[in-house]
Amino acid sequence: MPIVLIVAEQQPDGNLRKATFNAISAGKQLAEKAGGELHIALVGKDPSKVADELKGYGAKAVHLGAAAELEHYLAETYAPAIAALAQELKADYIGMASTAQGKDLLPRVAGRLRAAMATDVMAINGSGADITFTRPMWAGNVFADVKLTTPVKVLTLRATEFPAAAGGQGAAEVKTFSPKVEASKTKFVDFKEVKSARPELTEARVVISGGRGTKGDFKEIEGLADDLGAAVGASRAVCDAGWVPNDLQVGQTGKVVAPALYIAAGISGAIQHLAGMKSSKTIVAINKDPEAPIFQVADYGMVADLFKVLPELRAELAKLK
Amino acid sequence: MKILVTAKRVEDPESKIKVKPDGSGIVQEGLKYKINPFDEIGVEEGLRLVAKHQGEVVVVSIGGKEVQEQLRHALAMGAHRAVWVNHTGPVDQLGIAALLQKVVEKEQPDLVILGKQSIDDDQNQVGQYLAEFLGWGQATFASKVESMESEQEKNKVPAIVLTADKKSVQVIREVDNGLATVECQLPAVVTTDLRLNQPRYASLPGIMKAKSKPIEELTPAKLSVDVTPAIQVLKMSSPPARKAGIKVADVPALVEKLHNEAKVV
Repeated sequence: MPIVLIVAEQQPDGNLRKATFNAISAGKQLAEKAGGELHIALVGKDPSKVADELKGYGAKAVHLGAAAELEHYLAETYAPAIAALAQELKADYIGMASTAQGKDLLPRVAGRLRAAMATDVMAINGSGADITFTRPMWAGNVFADVKLTTPVKVLTLRATEFPAAAGGQGAAEVKTFSPKVEASKTKFVDFKEVKSARPELTEARVVISGGRGTKGDFKEIEGLADDLGAAVGASRAVCDAGWVPNDLQVGQTGKVVAPALYIAAGISGAIQHLAGMKSSKTIVAINKDPEAPIFQVADYGMVADLFKVLPELRAELAKLK
Repeated sequence: MKILVTAKRVEDPESKIKVKPDGSGIVQEGLKYKINPFDEIGVEEGLRLVAKHQGEVVVVSIGGKEVQEQLRHALAMGAHRAVWVNHTGPVDQLGIAALLQKVVEKEQPDLVILGKQSIDDDQNQVGQYLAEFLGWGQATFASKVESMESEQEKNKVPAIVLTADKKSVQVIREVDNGLATVECQLPAVVTTDLRLNQPRYASLPGIMKAKSKPIEELTPAKLSVDVTPAIQVLKMSSPPARKAGIKVADVPALVEKLHNEAKVV
């Protein structure tokens, strides 16, 4: 029976990263299509604290590997642990959310197992041995259906394309194992968190993004975001200029988002940016240039100065409450 | 320091990519080609490191004879010499990493710098595969704290820091919710993110000099690597187009639409 192993991810604060639940639902879909079963793995210094959270998603088993050496995430120490577990379970598929950690770790796991890999999988097609994956190429301008022909197949899963798994599907068996620990030539030095009271970009229901048109003044964007409980995003130009933290970049090479509402203020809409937000349900574009490409993907466009529109928008939205 | 940097040939990121009607690939006519932008950042970082610590930047590309254009571009930026792995058939990321592993074993660099991904396949795998194959440390998504407008950037200070004993590098990595710093023993593999540096332009003297810099030719056969791909691209298609939206005249009209039609506020 085909085995699908989904790797869960703990944030530095120990909580599960939400994209894990999107990856679990993709893994469940894959297990159903392959006619196999879903397993979930988590390794780290203390994975047991989130064990209960991982139990209710219809997995056959949740495998927890604890080791002091795994305190700080490093691809070099996590990859042997995951690869050894996958070999022991005879996993056919290994998947993880397309987070920074997923993209750093899984190719190293794949390398260890000489497995072919598909990055940013958006859809799982076919069934049995004929499963193919749809993934973006050329900054999302092309969707490719790919088949992996190695015995073990490795995937990162784009969280915005799979719903977060619903819990309450029975209690999976929780198994602990001793992760394979190898000496590392890399050591963790520090992690500087960008702290924000606003929701995480990839998890927010509403995203307000600013581009070059803001000239670096994000006050109105942040104000509107706080009014709506939204996350703040930015175009590449704005991050490059150092006006906002890099972590806010929306685009093919930054964060890929798909909120219910995406408001692009002063963003022209380069291909690279569009690839990161085109899947949003409703898109609003505010830009002075009527020819800006952002208007081609916007449901509602306003040709106007964002510094005039945003305060008005905040006042008008306040009336709805 | 001896630094090996990759220079993949890719479609110009500004060009319009269209899928062929039969889904067998993309329309090649009218496309321009460039060095992968992330690799170009890698070349720049390599040049900054050897400017500070002495050494040599060797640039490598895999493909038909046309990839010599990208190698010459990197040589014109200042790289010292080039390695061209002549291969015209299909190859996947496993194959590329296996070829690079052989080139690394031959060249014995202290550091390999690659783009975190190439802007055609967008796979983000080769650096990690290579580090694993070599048993080396990896630091992906290399970035820095300073902005592109900073003094450090203007003075072309390398963002990758060689430790005092010269046996390791410290790399700042762009990850979710912040920046992580790791220290890798040399030799190591680093992959570049967007904000590591702003690559220099090739100067006219640089372009002239590049013409006489050596390009060594290798092949998968010479390197004893089987590059039969394990990834089959069965079909390509265009993403579904969003239906055309409307322009609204003023803010009350926008809010009315968002509230009553889209029902998102």
